[in-house]
Amino acid sequence: MSPAFLLTQVLNGVQFGLLLFLMAAGLTLVFGIMNFVNLAHGSLYMVGAYVAALTYGRTGSFALALVAAVVGVFVLGIVLDRLGFAALHRRDHLDQVLATFGVVLFANEAMRMLFGSAPLYMDAPAALSQPVVIAGFNYPAYRGAIIVAGLLVAVGLHLLIERTRLGMLIRAGASNRDMVSALGVNVGWLARLVFALGAALAGFAGAMVGPILSIQPGMGEPVLILTLVVIVVGGIGSIRGALFGALIVGIVDTLGRGVLPGLLHLVLSPSLASAAGPALASVGVYLLMAAVLAFKPDGLFPVRHS
Amino acid sequence: MSGTAPNPSAAREAGPGASRWRAGATAALMAVGVAVPIYAALTGDTYLVALASRILVYALAAVGLNLALGFGGMVSFGHAMYLGLGAYAVLLLGASGVTNGWLQLAILVIVVGVVAAVVGTISLRTRGIAFIMITLAFAQLFYFLFVSLKAWGGDEGMSLPQPSSFGPFTGNRTALYFALLATLAAALAGTHRLVGSRFGLVLRATRVNERRVRALGTAPLPYRLAAYVLSALLCALAGFFLANLTGFVSPAYLAWTVSGELIVMVVLGGAGTVVGPVAGAVGLLVLEEGLKALTEHWMAILGPLIVLMVVLLRNGLWSLLPGGVTNEARR
Repeated sequence: MSPAFLLTQVLNGVQFGLLLFLMAAGLTLVFGIMNFVNLAHGSLYMVGAYVAALTYGRTGSFALALVAAVVGVFVLGIVLDRLGFAALHRRDHLDQVLATFGVVLFANEAMRMLFGSAPLYMDAPAALSQPVVIAGFNYPAYRGAIIVAGLLVAVGLHLLIERTRLGMLIRAGASNRDMVSALGVNVGWLARLVFALGAALAGFAGAMVGPILSIQPGMGEPVLILTLVVIVVGGIGSIRGALFGALIVGIVDTLGRGVLPGLLHLVLSPSLASAAGPALASVGVYLLMAAVLAFKPDGLFPVRHS
Repeated sequence: MSGTAPNPSAAREAGPGASRWRAGATAALMAVGVAVPIYAALTGDTYLVALASRILVYALAAVGLNLALGFGGMVSFGHAMYLGLGAYAVLLLGASGVTNGWLQLAILVIVVGVVAAVVGTISLRTRGIAFIMITLAFAQLFYFLFVSLKAWGGDEGMSLPQPSSFGPFTGNRTALYFALLATLAAALAGTHRLVGSRFGLVLRATRVNERRVRALGTAPLPYRLAAYVLSALLCALAGFFLANLTGFVSPAYLAWTVSGELIVMVVLGGAGTVVGPVAGAVGLLVLEEGLKALTEHWMAILGPLIVLMVVLLRNGLWSLLPGGVTNEARR
């Protein structure tokens, strides 16, 4: 196991973690302000990937594909909220889970009807198709671009929430929605905007994974479930928790798959190691989650309620 | 444990005897359950028996989930994992030489009991939405664990080398069907008694207001955990029957959508009613069969129907029957 291999794995973990952060940020913001859990967040990610792949196929412009995915899913978010997601905010979590579960089933099947079951593929833009040299070894430039984009979004979200008037309203809405409403803010639209913003982030994540994953119906759910793990580990409603939770989950998952089987071969018999390696690697993040919750049920960065 | 004396008459109101209509509907469901294999034997319709067996399996699992979700207010989005554990127990034990059905059941109860106690203890440290997410994540843990077991079929699954052995009844589908029907009836009777007991009263009280239960001097956790483990065991039992009925085991049994479907069954029938989940299992699976016959894109219709159910049918099918108390599971 060379240092270059290890560093590549760590970078891949960071890249995966930042993708999860794009998903988790939206979901946790929506939960924080509206107390609404949206299983269809993974479907928004899937729609973003499809929009990006189709736009890229038509126009050949990667930038246009990104914009189309982000704007398209932002608008879809507003439409979904108006069509009835807003009405779910006041229902209990069981109703929210069930209704959005129905939406997930519909969205996957709708994609299958429109584009078939066969996966779509999307190339990385030409400018990012060559590897870059980082500290003397090669790393795929496109994955590097995902890391940069993810970090930029994290910084941007931090500035938005901590430094702008809109961010102040979002924070206020999360801690006392009724009071914000009484002060003359249209909370319905504030919530809608936050939901659409979260949707746009999911769409952006979907567009960014286009060149590294296959785009197919049902692609959203594995990511959604890992995103839920991220949120639980990080602390529900906390952006900071979403970022650190996502990085931890991304790195543990990637290293678990890439490095753990090799390590097990060093300490266990070959047959036992090849049996236990994949099993442990695939459940590593869930064991991590269980361990975190056993000690900190509110997650690593719990939101302080006044 | 000190606490106020439970009021037996109030506690029994949730049972099926509260309404003659409900008792009648329960009897009708059971009569259909008995009639199906007889009808099938006369006409040679094997499809109907296969469908009815599947409905009974999921009805048993839904009755189990209802104990946690409907009466205990624990919205578990991961009960398919217990269904899968039950099914894999038949495969793994059978392949390693433990073919005796009773022995398999005993091991199953111990293993699933321990797993559910551990998962429940960790999950029940959280509340509300976090509990939903964590139970979903634990189910994924087991899903990926079974997918990674390449020797046992990986994500494709594999056929049972042999069914559980029950002496002369081994591999007899009709016997299996009636055993399943009897198990379901026993589970319903047991739920009815349990819900009306002091245990059930505390459990239902923790759903409504945990703080008050604590203030009355009763610690809610042991009750919630016991209900969670019991509910897991019923699902595992359903998985045991599922594996033997289909002769096949795969990770698809514990896919996250199965957990979702189990919740749909409970809510469709009526969460917090004893027999409701059976009606929900019948309703959902018959609907699915109908839609599958209609179009290959049946999920595009099922999804919106689930949304409609949430909007319009808040108390479930069972509450549509006249009389009895209103379903207490929903505010």
